[in-house]
Amino acid sequence: MSAASPRAPGQRIYHGHGTPAKTEGRLARLFLIGAALAFWALFLLAPLVVVFGSALSEGIEVYVAALAEPETLSAIRLTLLASAIAVPVNLLFGLSVAWLISKYDFTGKSLLITLIDLPFSVSPVIAGLMFVLLFGARGWFAPLLEALDAHVIFAVPGIVLATLFITAPLIAREVLAVMQAQGDSEEEAALTMGASGWTIFRRITLPKLKWGVIYGVILCNARAMGEFGAVSVVSGHIRGETNTLPLHVEVLYNEYQFAAAFAVASLLAFLALLTLVLKQFVEWRAHKKLHALSMQDVPAPLSLPPTPGVSS
Amino acid sequence: MTVSVELLEKRFGSRREVVGVDRVSFTAKEHGITSLLGPSGSGKSTLLRLVAGLEVPDSGRVFIDGQDVTGVPVRQRQIGFVFQNYALFRHMTVFDNVAFGLSIKKAPKSEIEGRVHELLNLVQLRGYERRLPDQLSGGQRQRVALARALATSPRVLLLDEPFGALDTRVRVELRDWLHLLHEKTQVTTLLVTHDQEEALELSEHVVLLKDGKIEQAGSPMDLYESPSSAFVASFLGGAKVLTGSVTDGRAQFAHDSLSASVDLEEGAVVDAFVRPHDIRLQKVSKGSGASLSRVLRVVRVGAYVKVSVLLPDGDSIHVQIPRHELDEQGIAEGDRVVLDLRDVRVTQRTPSYVI
Repeated sequence: MSAASPRAPGQRIYHGHGTPAKTEGRLARLFLIGAALAFWALFLLAPLVVVFGSALSEGIEVYVAALAEPETLSAIRLTLLASAIAVPVNLLFGLSVAWLISKYDFTGKSLLITLIDLPFSVSPVIAGLMFVLLFGARGWFAPLLEALDAHVIFAVPGIVLATLFITAPLIAREVLAVMQAQGDSEEEAALTMGASGWTIFRRITLPKLKWGVIYGVILCNARAMGEFGAVSVVSGHIRGETNTLPLHVEVLYNEYQFAAAFAVASLLAFLALLTLVLKQFVEWRAHKKLHALSMQDVPAPLSLPPTPGVSS
Repeated sequence: MTVSVELLEKRFGSRREVVGVDRVSFTAKEHGITSLLGPSGSGKSTLLRLVAGLEVPDSGRVFIDGQDVTGVPVRQRQIGFVFQNYALFRHMTVFDNVAFGLSIKKAPKSEIEGRVHELLNLVQLRGYERRLPDQLSGGQRQRVALARALATSPRVLLLDEPFGALDTRVRVELRDWLHLLHEKTQVTTLLVTHDQEEALELSEHVVLLKDGKIEQAGSPMDLYESPSSAFVASFLGGAKVLTGSVTDGRAQFAHDSLSASVDLEEGAVVDAFVRPHDIRLQKVSKGSGASLSRVLRVVRVGAYVKVSVLLPDGDSIHVQIPRHELDEQGIAEGDRVVLDLRDVRVTQRTPSYVI
């Protein structure tokens, strides 16, 4: 679910368009297609089938009951809350960082660009531990938190913080890529016509970045809902209170409630599929925008992501 | 409105070691087109951006209409700027692009519509209102950019290599068209270009820049007829500078293979700015001598022929002659020739003069 490739929207990978030079023999081609198909079926399709199959193995009543359980509902609420906070905050962070980096020159700029990627390079478990060391009972901020009678670790704020940290680079990276690719002569043109900074941002920069932003938001939301490692460390697994959907799945699974565990897992799997469809749609729209005139390679609308090897 | 700059200086780099513009002063006349001409890296675009306010000078002043605007932000300078890559708003239609400047001034809708239609008529793009920039050709985009820059009735029009990204045919077409447009609008214009033909054809005043400094400024005729340096002479019209001396009332160059009659004292050191079309060739069928030159290469381009000639002193020179002159004499590569200077400018060197 954590599809965090820094690929800009509008970039597409094509499968089976045109006829490639036939340097490979027919046998080699069949073998490659077969291998790709087998891999795809074993590692991508089979798990999906298992998730939905197991979820419904004890009938639709058990499935619905598992989802309607108060603890499940609480996990859904918490997951939605965490991403409802993470997405707008990271949107703001991403836009301002991208703006800062592409519009201004300052010392330490390359260090900042490198640091944006820190959450990607650190193991999520370490990220969680970091927050425990900062906000835990014996952490740096413990005296302050005690004075305020506030709880971060093993409470909702900790989960939100961990989610924020893990998803921080996602929007910033997408927006930055688009910003650096487009340059700022359009902004300069608006400036010479008398536009103020805010007007330029609202009427020129934001529309230019639109598809990059939407793409980043989709990725950020997907990651926020699916994050396990960092959240697991700071959550404390208090049922009905600090369990997000992925944590709840683990709890149910460890208690041998397989049908219930897969029922909740199917929710996440459904979200993952929805994300892919949305992502594909955004890429297609951005692509169409870029090539408004060339009619040859406008892909079919709203299709599932192309699967390697099937189309040829 | 006049535009003038005074001792303008701009350096780049972390230690300010790269010279952008080096203490430049000039005045662009009201209602005229002034060209900022120079090779790439000469600082002409930086100079234009300094006038616009897109760059902040290290020192010096910028005046528009006699008013010191050095500290005035870009958006209050009332200028129109056309960028080399047009910088059209890609997500907006042609209409919205042209209307942008007026819409942020909160002009009434009917006024905006009237003005946009008037401008699109002027740039001959009526009927293209609803197109996106991506759906236009290069020349059309350039015209939208011009209409957009003119929409807010700027005091000055600043054009940064406006035809740089277009192919030759469209460039020449747009050049004529820009001339007509300027006749109608009469907006004081600064034109940045590296194309000497463009500068000579379009402007009344040319500022030739090199390494951030003004090399020479004046009317196109001034620069062409009396270049102040070898650089100016070679940049405008591809002239070559030959150095020689006066003997028997004639200025002699390159081992006496080239000469021109002059009215200067005997023995004076002289320079000649020789343009490719200032030379005639005379084929010599027999004999050899110190004053004979050799044809290195003949390139036929349309009505004219470009000939490279090796002078007796080992230097080479480009000659451009009408095709029929070459054919009548049957001049080919390897032939011996005598060179004859036509009305070429010969100037006496002042003792301190160094090229």
